[in-house]
Amino acid sequence: MLALHRFGMGPRPGSIAAMGTDPRGALIAELDRPLVLTAAASLPTSAKAFRTVADANARRTARVKQAQQQARKQMAAAAPAMSEDQAQAQGQDKDAAEMAAKQAAEAVPDPGRPMYLQEAKLRTEAALVADIGFAERLVWFWSNHFCVSANKIQSMSGAYEREAVRANTLGRFVDLLLAVEGHPAMLFYLDNLESMGANSIAGINRSRGLNENIAREIMELHTLGVRTGYTQDDVISFANVMTGWTLVPPGDNPEHGGEFTFNPRLHEPGGQTVLGKRYEQEDAEQGRAVLRDLAAHPATATHVATKLARHFVADEPPPGLIAQMAKTFRDTEGDLKQVAIAMVSSDDAWRGPRSKLKRPGEWGVGMVRATGITTVDPDRFTGGQALLGEALWRPSAPKGYPDDEASWIDGVGRRLDIANNFAERITGMADPQIIIEDVFASEIAPEVKQAVGRAESRQQALALLFMSADFQRR
Amino acid sequence: MGLDRHLPTRRELLAGSGALFAWSQMPRIARAEGRDPRLLVVILRGALDGLGAVAPVGDPDWISLRGDRALLLDGKPPALPLDSFFALNPAMPNLHRLYKSGKAAIVHATATPYRERSHFDGQDVLESGFTRPGATASGWLNRALLAMESGGSVDPRGSRALGIGSVTPLVVRGSAPVMTWVPQKLLPASQDTQNRLLDLYQHTDPKLATVLQARMKLASLGGAPATGDPMSDDPTLMPPGAARVRAYFTEAAGTAARYLAKPDGPRVGAMGFVGWDTHIAEGAASGQLYNLLGALDGAFAAIESNMGDVWHETVVAVVTEFGRTARINGTQGTDHGTGTVAFLIGGGLAGGRVIADWPGLKPAQLLEDRDLKPTTDLRAVLKGLLRDHLRVEEKVLAETVFPGSIEIKPMGGLVG
Repeated sequence: MLALHRFGMGPRPGSIAAMGTDPRGALIAELDRPLVLTAAASLPTSAKAFRTVADANARRTARVKQAQQQARKQMAAAAPAMSEDQAQAQGQDKDAAEMAAKQAAEAVPDPGRPMYLQEAKLRTEAALVADIGFAERLVWFWSNHFCVSANKIQSMSGAYEREAVRANTLGRFVDLLLAVEGHPAMLFYLDNLESMGANSIAGINRSRGLNENIAREIMELHTLGVRTGYTQDDVISFANVMTGWTLVPPGDNPEHGGEFTFNPRLHEPGGQTVLGKRYEQEDAEQGRAVLRDLAAHPATATHVATKLARHFVADEPPPGLIAQMAKTFRDTEGDLKQVAIAMVSSDDAWRGPRSKLKRPGEWGVGMVRATGITTVDPDRFTGGQALLGEALWRPSAPKGYPDDEASWIDGVGRRLDIANNFAERITGMADPQIIIEDVFASEIAPEVKQAVGRAESRQQALALLFMSADFQRR
Repeated sequence: MGLDRHLPTRRELLAGSGALFAWSQMPRIARAEGRDPRLLVVILRGALDGLGAVAPVGDPDWISLRGDRALLLDGKPPALPLDSFFALNPAMPNLHRLYKSGKAAIVHATATPYRERSHFDGQDVLESGFTRPGATASGWLNRALLAMESGGSVDPRGSRALGIGSVTPLVVRGSAPVMTWVPQKLLPASQDTQNRLLDLYQHTDPKLATVLQARMKLASLGGAPATGDPMSDDPTLMPPGAARVRAYFTEAAGTAARYLAKPDGPRVGAMGFVGWDTHIAEGAASGQLYNLLGALDGAFAAIESNMGDVWHETVVAVVTEFGRTARINGTQGTDHGTGTVAFLIGGGLAGGRVIADWPGLKPAQLLEDRDLKPTTDLRAVLKGLLRDHLRVEEKVLAETVFPGSIEIKPMGGLVG
């Protein structure tokens, strides 16, 4: 049961059987299964999604312009016959044009929202059906570690997770790093499309220059960690290295646009020194070389091991566990599957009490899993997550959502509203006693069993169960 | 795990009120005698404390039974006098007004045939109309509709029932088609649920207890939130207190009434309100029960006003699975009991009275020396309404609507 809560998505029908007598072995075995979302085959690639939204935006702009022009023409034709009050006529003219523009804009809805919801549905349902959910938890962890925000780039947010994160979650850290930093969604999110070398062709012609955002966040958040010895000069040099990493602009060709490309005209020419090492490459290889070295840096091993242990085990994880995981990271050249195995193989990862408060998304999935339901209405589910402060793929900053109790505990009251509402909707389908006996194998505090047994209604029983510490802690 | 299979079938989910207009061709339940009656059943889930709602202030043992928790005519606030013996909880001025104008009646010391004390089983008996729990998957209201169809007195296409809530109440489930409507508001967890969760946290997780306590404290301060619309659907903008419960009750009951009032709408409906299981800090005169009864009173007002012109053809029956202990327990609440009250309101009612064969409150007069003894079978009341208001035949009532109730005669004279 601890394995399911701490390392998985929480118990669901069949989870106990899947665990067998060897929870560690079962967790490790789950990492051997492919992590692909087969149902996602029909979803657009990030580039296609980006083009679809760009295309809709262009069509909307055109229709708005057209409508405004027409409205003005009609008004101009009608103006002499209308009111003599010039000011009033002008006001009406403006109102009518605005109304026409609004209607024209509404005629072309944003295709980004349905894409976001479809992606959200598939990733949530993958978490619902997994026997244990350890691998899905790792996908969620890395997706948050390398977060982008749908507030800035909604069209690509789901495809980004599939293409860059999920595909490399159980691979090597360096491949994950190269995939996310070279992904158009990340380059867009961290402003690298705007960045150009001061001495690059485009930089000279347009009198524009560097944006340090991606360089700083890669070192501070994605690899080394804050205050690990890199300097402002390192940030600037690395930002120069990353210039030219951009995407193919959409619009020229219906089959292309939105893919990664290296544009030499934006790239700062010449070699750069980052963390004391000279990089003389002339193209995207320069950036790849820096990223490879950052991935192999010992500070990265410690940073990643600490974050993983904090996410899964405790807000203040045992130092021995971190050391073991960091050592595995270094010894295996960042093999993330081996790091995950090292974590669950360590007794330190199992010893502590269930002190972690599940994050809202995890807790929500846990609730649905316990009932055996395997499909979600993504609008409702993501709405609930947003209400609880963990809007899917919409963190407020590149740091992603926090992983400590202090950040989430004040939201527990709001969880009660969600639990109560969910309990009401499923009260005809889920029996709290069966959940306790079959899904939880009765491994639940006697106080919870008693509260559930004495509840005034099945809805109340379910709400109390979902809100119990047994359900929220891991 | 195939849980989805248990979803109620044969019902129409309305995405919004717009779907109703699709029914414009639907014939009404038209009666040969020119009446077009409406019946709404409201289930109070969790077991209403009948003595906390309608107090027998004239009973000499009343004060000794409830002590300083007894509602009194000179209490703070004072209970509302109904007759020389009973007084109404002060949270219910609308019900009091309806009662005074003959449009409300109260049945006291009533109960279903169920004599155990499980909520789930008690609600099953209340809603199924059978004498034992788990006997059937249909409700008495739905079977009453079917009986009316097969009797040929109504057009079967018109026999539409309405269920309010994301789960259709059992009382209206069955083979006669049911349309359902789900309130848009998020009903906050009841005070009772919060109390229980707090108790659970206090025994298992002190940190979570502290957080929940802070939230409950905030809610109890009440008042409108600093920003936003107090009727907002966004729970973050509204304190999770009594105001939200009241808004929810009003919206749900008011919407039910709007549907039932439509010329082409359903003619019977059912809905449930939760939160009545007041084991801890019942608060009849101020607190949990007072707030809930106040919310229910607001729902009555919404029904009356939304029924509009057809209010005179309307009857609303408000029932609960059982009552609560006559005495206050060790946590200033009441535990599961037996006899309780039923509220009947509506323009079609011959009201203005409390119907009770009063059993008395002395220890020997209580059931098992703990509960108000039931002296009126709730089925007699319901059968009376179905016979005289909806014109369901007595034989059908005894055989299929409330099977095994041949001995329980329908109560006459409820409908004016």
